[in-house]
Amino acid sequence: MISLKQDQTKVKETKVTSGDEAGRREFLKGSAAALALAPGMTLFAYGEALAKPADQAVSTKSRWGLLIDAAKFSDEDVDACVKACQDENGWSDTGKPLTDPQWIRRVNLKNKKTEEQFSLPMMCQHCAEPPCVDVCPTGASFKRKDGIVLVDKHICIGCRYCMMACPYKARSFVHEHIEDQKEHAPRGIGTVESCTMCVHLVDEGKEPACVKAAPAGAMVFGDLNDKTSKLAQLIKSVATQQVRADLNLDPGVRYRNI
Amino acid sequence: MKIVLIMQKLIMTMLGVAFIGVSLLASVGQASAQPEWMPNPPKAIGGQCDLDPKEMRVKHMTLLDHKRDQTMHDGIRTKKYSLKNCIACHAVKDESNKYVTVKDERHFCRSCHDYAAVRIDCFDCHASRPQDTMNKAAKAAGNPHAKSAGISAIGKPGDRTVATLRKFIAGEVK
Repeated sequence: MISLKQDQTKVKETKVTSGDEAGRREFLKGSAAALALAPGMTLFAYGEALAKPADQAVSTKSRWGLLIDAAKFSDEDVDACVKACQDENGWSDTGKPLTDPQWIRRVNLKNKKTEEQFSLPMMCQHCAEPPCVDVCPTGASFKRKDGIVLVDKHICIGCRYCMMACPYKARSFVHEHIEDQKEHAPRGIGTVESCTMCVHLVDEGKEPACVKAAPAGAMVFGDLNDKTSKLAQLIKSVATQQVRADLNLDPGVRYRNI
Repeated sequence: MKIVLIMQKLIMTMLGVAFIGVSLLASVGQASAQPEWMPNPPKAIGGQCDLDPKEMRVKHMTLLDHKRDQTMHDGIRTKKYSLKNCIACHAVKDESNKYVTVKDERHFCRSCHDYAAVRIDCFDCHASRPQDTMNKAAKAAGNPHAKSAGISAIGKPGDRTVATLRKFIAGEVK
């Protein structure tokens, strides 16, 4: 196994799909290091999640996580994930890039020295120590026992502290009146929202929509606590990274080949 | 012994039928006695409610509040007392055979809340009508209430005034 260390400072984001553009995601700087895979090693998309009984509360027994292999994503693949999320959760671009909601987005990266370019999907990283929860004045921003970070819109007052606190810029604010929301994904004006890891699907033992839409093996969803799960075995056997690991937030979403 | 048991069962059944008959009569009597301006929410599609309607009228908000916290924080997604299920069961169709949203006066929740002058903000975030993915049974059965007396009996908004109420109390209108 050969380790190829990239010039870390040269990796810089050049474009995001929408929203305020340059400089917004400089945070990826310093988090990149590329590793070559041992031959024959592949990732599998694997629907291993077991449905809990519907009347049983979630517990700390599981911690849901994702592994995203940036090398397996083309720009179109990432866009397909974004589209799948939009379809599943009922958000869309309304032609107002500054204020449009963005649960998941494409981040394009370029190594200036080698001109290597790639893109990856970026969304809520479902941190174990989420700063959005720390700053929330009402307790609306919370982490479920199984590690999924959510906004309880019943008590969200729309102060947007969490948007400021999130180093991944994963959250957005709903500025417009919305009608005919998806019944499993309520969203409305004056509240903050972000990726829910498709919590309604996870509770039914299914995979998030983006995982389903991603190329085979590019995104793996599973239980980080279950050592026998595909995800846990993968992160044990191949090198993976947390974005901005220096912040000690312990994200549940991990990346490869960035 | 066996005959006694059978007889017992028979008597119980007869009693049950008689009881249903009486309660049906009673409900018909009530409906005709209700003045027109009173809220008359459309009947549900899905049959029996999670709770007796009388109790549900009083407790529905408490039940929904409790259920929402269970769902949001604990991932408990059972149908009982879930807003999604209420909406699916109490959906109302318009002339073009589409479910009405809360913007329409005929919406189930509005039929009472307009009368009580209670503004609900549930539907700022939640869908106020069922979607295709849910309640397939109700969808297959169609909604028999779109043209029911229930909707027309809600009356025009102007009818539900304090003046009408005073007239009703004074016995001038029935």
